[in-house]
Formats: sequence, structure tokens, C-alpha cells
Amino acid sequence: MSKRIRTALLALATVLLAGTAVSQDLTGENMQSLDGQVQEIKSDVLDISSELRNLEERLLYPSGTQLSIFVAVGEQEDFRLDAVKIEIDGELATHHIYSFNELEALQKGGVQNAYTGNVVTGAHELRVTVIGKTDGGEDFSQSGTFSFSKDIKPKTLGITLSEPGLGDDSIRVGDW
Amino acid sequence: MIRAPQTVLALLLLATLAAGPCRSEELKDLYFGEALFFAHQGLYFEALERLDTEVKQHNRVDEPELDKLYSHMADADFSLGDFELRYRMHHRAGRAISAVLEADVDDVVRNDAAYRLARIHFQKNQLAEAVEALDRIEGEIPESLRDDVDFLRANVYLGEERPGDAIALLEALQDSPEFGAFASYNLGIAYLQSGQRQAALNQLDIAGKISGDDPGELAIRDKSNLVAGTIHLEAEEFALAIPYLNRVRLDGPYSNQALLSAGWANMSIGNAERAVVPWSILAEREVTDRAAQEAMLALPYAYGKLDVHGRAAVYYGRALDAFGAEIDKLNTSVDSIRDGKFLEALVREEIRKDKDWVIRLRSLPEAPETYYLMDLMASHDFQTGLQNYLDLADLRRKLVAWQRGFDSYDEMVELRHDHYEPLLPDVDAEFRELDSRMRLRLAQHKTLVKRRDDLLTTPRPEFLATPEERATIELLEQLQAQAGDDATTLQRIKRLQGVLIFHLRTEYHARFTEFDANLRKLDEAMAIVQSQHEQYVRVRQAVTHSYAGYDQPINRLRVNAANAINEIDLLMARQGRVLEKVAIEELTARRSQLEKFGDNARFALADSYDRATQAQAKAEAP
Repeated sequence: MSKRIRTALLALATVLLAGTAVSQDLTGENMQSLDGQVQEIKSDVLDISSELRNLEERLLYPSGTQLSIFVAVGEQEDFRLDAVKIEIDGELATHHIYSFNELEALQKGGVQNAYTGNVVTGAHELRVTVIGKTDGGEDFSQSGTFSFSKDIKPKTLGITLSEPGLGDDSIRVGDW
Repeated sequence: MIRAPQTVLALLLLATLAAGPCRSEELKDLYFGEALFFAHQGLYFEALERLDTEVKQHNRVDEPELDKLYSHMADADFSLGDFELRYRMHHRAGRAISAVLEADVDDVVRNDAAYRLARIHFQKNQLAEAVEALDRIEGEIPESLRDDVDFLRANVYLGEERPGDAIALLEALQDSPEFGAFASYNLGIAYLQSGQRQAALNQLDIAGKISGDDPGELAIRDKSNLVAGTIHLEAEEFALAIPYLNRVRLDGPYSNQALLSAGWANMSIGNAERAVVPWSILAEREVTDRAAQEAMLALPYAYGKLDVHGRAAVYYGRALDAFGAEIDKLNTSVDSIRDGKFLEALVREEIRKDKDWVIRLRSLPEAPETYYLMDLMASHDFQTGLQNYLDLADLRRKLVAWQRGFDSYDEMVELRHDHYEPLLPDVDAEFRELDSRMRLRLAQHKTLVKRRDDLLTTPRPEFLATPEERATIELLEQLQAQAGDDATTLQRIKRLQGVLIFHLRTEYHARFTEFDANLRKLDEAMAIVQSQHEQYVRVRQAVTHSYAGYDQPINRLRVNAANAINEIDLLMARQGRVLEKVAIEELTARRSQLEKFGDNARFALADSYDRATQAQAKAEAP
């Protein structure tokens, strides 16, 4: 076998079995120290974010008037949720169009904080409109009106959505 | 001895880590659910921030069993560690999971934690620590985790060059639905590591014939065949190598290497005609690929061996032109990296929204360097550095956005202050007056309630006298004092007093009932007053809380955010320099290789022309 072939084969075997040779800059102590510092700054920024959220909540949504509305999808639900519109006392609170990732996250058990705002204490009306496509491929639009009462504590409502026409109410609202 | 391909092992581990957090059985805590909502979308910063805050709040409550997170705590602790791991915060992830391990928990929870901790150590190449964590697994192991534990343990043993221990585990995993294909390949590598060459080849042969259509399994099948072929090539068993190399799919990730090796194997047994076939295919593929570049040189070499020197000269010429163009491209790329364009391209957000963003970088006209950096960018160490750089860029973007908010908050607080401060003195004065009147009424109400309660136990009819009756009693007492010894007057007075006492006593129960009913109505009125008073106090407090006490936290956040940005700028500069340096080194190495290929091509081109001329002369000779 010629010397050239041997050299080429040796090079090939090296590439094949060891993968790409990585510079020492990427594996040395310098890199590990950098990685450690990146982890520390992540931790610092997480703390800042948490404190900021706390401050925003106190400043923008005082506990006496705070209302949070969460949206979840029932277990084993495969319908396609396109959008949810939430109105409080006839005023639009939020209208959200779902991306594929968001829908998948809801189907896996995630819960979306769809709205946080302020309402006065007393009785209120909540109207929820859901637009989507059934598992069978049919378009649907469902609405439901619910009443709730706000007292001096922060109010948290959970909206659970199911495919319409499968027995249970497709829009359920409850205190959480 | 051939080293076990660490890259593949790392890739396999990543595949096992990719499983997401499970759907909670019955979600009770919405904020935990919100953290999962972000985590399922790959937004681990947001997920961590939500869950970390929620867990801290839970740990502060006096009666944690009444908190909604209580029933999710085991899951929440795991998820924290999991999110930290996915957000590449290994230090915190390790600490979170170690804390679960040290806690008084049942076997299932502890074993799961030990497994997760071992994964973290393995990913960080801390093999001894990984073994230590795995050794803490004892007692009941959930069925769903059993294969994961054995597969991880086998990989750790391979990393520690303990093939004997790995073999026993991998043999038992051959029928695993989740790890069967990977275990089959890794078993071949374990045999190779233990020096059992024939057993390794037999096993790789089995792994190279696995049926299925899963892309991961197909890739591992190709890899098995490629490694088996390479083992034969290294032993100069060229004919034996060819069937394995031919099994590698032409459109798989290992096809270029397989085509190149197949050509050399055929060439080495003197079958230049057969070598031409794979090399011809390969020479037409992406010109930046190492194997394709080598094939551009190997193909004319094969034609030379076949005495087709004219065609060889043409292909050498093409190769020379291609190498020259690529060297120019590499030079441009090195200049581009030095100008900072590489890092600029990497942090472009719209590109990273695509899951194949690294591949898409190749289509960016302003980032030519990425053509040559695909292998480098796929390496674990470069990925770590790159991800750190991208994470830092994301954090910086967040902090800059938050900074804009601080001024708005300041303004909001100031506006509230300016609105309320002039109004409050009058409101407070009015309230103080109302408050003192209300307190008086409250005291009176309290006295009446006490009197009613006393009357229930000790009846006192005179207490229920009307004002007129009370005035009459007082008048009669005065007349009695004035009457002196006048017996007739005193008798008349006594008779009148008797009439009054008679009324008071006989009407006592009716009067008491009426008194009680009136008092109850008063209770209701007082409750309304009390509630309005409390509501006012709350609103008054809320007014103060809406603008007082924010200066310090806003300023602290402002300073912390500014410091964090400075720190991030420094880290990004350092991390960026490392990435640029490594990328330039890689490009320079590829350029050197191309220059060598070019030199070879130049000599070979001249040689081919000579031979072609000689052959032509020979043919034309009478």
C-alpha cells in the first residue's frame, strides 16, 4: 500500500474514532472557570428577575384588587386550541392566540397565566370564548359566562378547557 | 487499543436526557403548573424563576402542609434540579438533587435523585462521582427507571475504561425497547475496549443489521457498520471492510466517511475501478466536507492507477481550482471572524427560533465561516462555550429590557405620590373626627351589650324604665324628701311608686325582649360601620403602599442590573474571544490541509500530464 494511502487511512481513523479534535481553549481550566462564572451570573440574574417580579406585583397588582386567571387543558385532550378571549364585566381582559409550542405545553400539563389585573371587591362576570378545532378536524367556537366574587384577598381563577361535545362542560372555571 | 468514541456516548446520554418533565397527576398549585408551561416550551429561565420563587415562598410559610405546593414538593424539588440542569446550571442542579438525596425520603424518590445526580456528573465527565451517585441506588427501583440506570452505569464504566463491568450490563440491555440499539452498539465498543476484537466485530455486525425506521437507530446502525469497517481497514483486512462500508446508507450522517473508506479499501486490494464509484459520488458532494475534499484528490489518483491519465489530469485540475476557491473562502471567513461577524450571526434571535439553527447558519451570506465549522460546532465542548455565550446574550437582552422599566416605575411612584400627598391631610383629619365619634359609639354599644348580658342573669326592671318613668321616679324621690313627716303625702307617693314598680315588673319580659331586639339591630348597624372602617383603613394603607417604600428596592435592582450587565459584557468578551480563537484555529487547520492537498494536486497534475503525453506519444509511435 502506498505511503499516501496509509497516511490518508490513518487520518480517517483518527477523525472517525476521536471525533473533531477540540482546542485546549475549550477544555482547559480557563473554560471551566468561565463556565462557573456564567453559572453564577445566571443565578444572580434569576434573583434579580424574582425580586423584580415581586416588586411589579406589589406596584401594579396590589393584593386587595389583584385578579389572576390561569388557563389549563384537561387531561387526555388532543383538540387544537387556537385562541382564548377573556372578558371581565363586558370589557376585554385578554385575547391570546396559541403557538404550537404553547399548545403542546398545555397538553403536557402546563398552566398558562393568561391574565393578571385589578378588579374592585364585589361580584363580577367573566366571559370566556374558546376557538379551536376538534380532534376530528371540525372548527368550533364556544363561550361561557361565569360569575365570581372578589374579596380583599388576591383572587385566582382557573379555566380548564376540554373538547366540546364530550359530556362535561367544555369550559370550566373554578377558584384555585 | 481503540478508544471508545466519547462523542457517541455523549450523544446517547443527551438522547436520554431529552425526556421532558412529566404531566403532574393532579395539579394543585397553579404556579408550579405555570413553571411547567414554560419548561415544556424550553423556556427554562422563566420556568426556574417561577418555580424557585414558589418553592422559596413555600419554605417560608408557617404551616407548609396547608400550602398548595405541599403535595407537589417532591416533584418541585426534582423539577428545580431538572430545569437547572437544562439551563446548564450544573452547580445548582447538583446541589438541589443532593439535597433530595440527603432528605428522609423513600427508596423510589431517593433512587430517582441519585440517578439524576449521576447523569449530571457523567455529563460533566466526573466519572468517579457518577459511580458514587449510582452506588447510592438501592432498594426499590421503578420499572421505568431500571434500564436508564443500567444504561447510564454501563456508559460510565466505558468512560472509566472498565469494559468488563460495562459488558455485563449491556448484554442484559440488548432487548430493552428504549436502549436496545444503543446498547447493542455500545456492547461492541465495550468488547473492543476489553481487547476482544472478534467479539466486538460480531457484536457490531449485529448492531449493523438492526431493523427499524427510527432516525436515531438508523444512525447507530450506520455507525456500527462504519466502525466495523474501520477496524478491518486498520488491520489491513481490506476485503473484509468493504461489505460493512457498503451497508452504510448513502443519505445518512456517516455516508461521506463510509464512501471515502470504501474507495480506499477497494484501492488497497488493487480494485481501482471499484474505488472510482464511491469517490465519484463523494467528489460531487458538499465541497467543504473533509471527506469530499479528500475524494476530489483520491478520484484522479484512482484514474491514474487505471492509466486514464488524461481524465486524472482533468480531475486534478478541478480539485486544484476547488481547493483554491475554498482557501479564498477560508481566508474571508477568518477575516470575517476577526471582524466579529461570527458572533454577531450566532446571537441573531430570528435564526435561533429554528431548531436547526446551526444548520441554517450556513445559508447566511454574511457568515461564510460557518460552512467549515459544522463539525466543530457539533462538538460538546464548543457547544458548551457557544451555549454559554448565547445564554449570556439572552440575559443581557432581558436586563436591558428591565432597565427601561425602572424609570417607568420611578415615574409611576412619583405620580402617585404627587396625586395623593396633597389630598391625604384633609382626608386624614376628617377620618380622625369620624374615628373618635365611632369609637364613642362603639363604647356605648359595648356597655349596652354588657347590660343585656347582666340582665339575663340578674333581672333589674328599673334598668328598662322609659325616660318618662325614670323622670317620674326621680320626681317622686324629690317629693318624698320634701314631704317630711306628712304621712298622707308620703302614702300617696308610695302608692304612685308602687304603681310604677308594678308596671316595671309586670312588663319586664316584654321590655327585655324589645330591648334585645333593638340591640340586635344595633349590632348589625355597628358591624357595617366596623366593616366600612376596616375597608377605609385598608384602602388608606394601600394608598401609602402604592408609592412609599419603593425607592430602595428599585434603586437596588437598578444597581444590581447594571452590575450584572457589566459582568455579562466582560464574560461575553472572554467567552467570545475563546470561541473566535477556536473557530479561527479550526479554519486555519482546514486551510493548511487544503494547501497540502493543493500541493499534492499540483504535483500529481504535472505527473498526469507527463504520463498522458507519454502515453499519447507511445500510441502515436509507429
